[in-house]
Amino acid sequence: MKRRHKRIAFILVGLSGIAIAAYLVASAFRNNLVFFFSPTQVVAREAPINRTFRVGGLVQDGTLKRDPDGLTVRFVVTDTAANVPVVYKGILPDLFKEGRGCVAQGRIDAQGVFHAEQVLAKHDENYMPPEAGQAIDKAKYAREAAKTVVGN
Amino acid sequence: MNLYKYSSPVNFYPLAGRLIPWFAIPAALLFAAGIFVGFFVAPADYQQGEAYRIIFIHVPAAWLGMFLYVLMAVYAGIGWAFNARLSSMMASSISVTGAMFTFLSLVTGAFWGKPTWGTWWVWDARMTSTLILMFLYIGFISLQSSIEDPRRADRAGAVLAIVGVINIPIIYFSVQWWNTLHQGATIRLLQKPTIHGSMLYALLIMLAACWLYSVAVVLIRVRCIILEREQNAARFAEATI
Repeated sequence: MKRRHKRIAFILVGLSGIAIAAYLVASAFRNNLVFFFSPTQVVAREAPINRTFRVGGLVQDGTLKRDPDGLTVRFVVTDTAANVPVVYKGILPDLFKEGRGCVAQGRIDAQGVFHAEQVLAKHDENYMPPEAGQAIDKAKYAREAAKTVVGN
Repeated sequence: MNLYKYSSPVNFYPLAGRLIPWFAIPAALLFAAGIFVGFFVAPADYQQGEAYRIIFIHVPAAWLGMFLYVLMAVYAGIGWAFNARLSSMMASSISVTGAMFTFLSLVTGAFWGKPTWGTWWVWDARMTSTLILMFLYIGFISLQSSIEDPRRADRAGAVLAIVGVINIPIIYFSVQWWNTLHQGATIRLLQKPTIHGSMLYALLIMLAACWLYSVAVVLIRVRCIILEREQNAARFAEATI
């Protein structure tokens, strides 16, 4: 084997070694690298009880309420399977809206209410002009309205 | 024509000089076109309003930060495996542009995050792995510049660059593998992009501009590196005669 072949073999063996090591590390970290827990995980008590963690999901439509003090807000974070009620005192980001994504950081109390210290808005990977966004919303409402009519 | 001729730094030097305007001028034109389409043609976003327009620089910068790293590692690896001097010089040349784009993507990401998410920075998987990419670039540059002998510097840099390649798929797939604050990919290989027409055109024009800019700047820088190193080699050859 020439020196060059040795060197190439060394690089290839090294590369595959690194790949295997990285795979093992990534799979070991898989559960620890999550930035937030879903409401389903929180309800199933997979989230840490006695320390700060983040919960992420959609702000359920019609649940955003402001207390009379004008600062405290209450809303429900949902992943459509499970819900977590959240209380937060502070300023919400501009993109925070009902029906949109959010990530809240804080602790959960014994009653299952999540007390947030920080609330972040999570936007999605869709970009379109406002008219298109409104058209989609309209279509959604029309579908829901049709459903209620059929239900009656 | 013998293409191998150009694997020699001394022969590549004039070729690079002739190629530079063919990349630099289109890059300038496309930057102007991309900024025009991005600011005046593309509509505001339905959720984020005007703030989303930062993607026209953030996304190309982030993509190039990743692509240039892979390219740098390939050049460094070829330079190491085949003792190709020019290839190693290209790796050194690319590293600075790659670091610049990664830095730009982190900074523009912070500017984007504040109005949309409500925070400059969080330690989610996408952002943390991009920060690691930035450190890999800085590590590569400082490792190479701390070793006097350029051939040894090339080899040491190559090891670091190749090891660091593992970070690239981690960055790319981080939004799929883990829950992240960062949204998922908008433009994917086999699916329709989830971005409106003129917004997509602005993004693609800016991406092409950034690519052409990178090629032009890398060629300019590699010419400087050739001058630096080959001059030393020439002097050494003279001194030993």
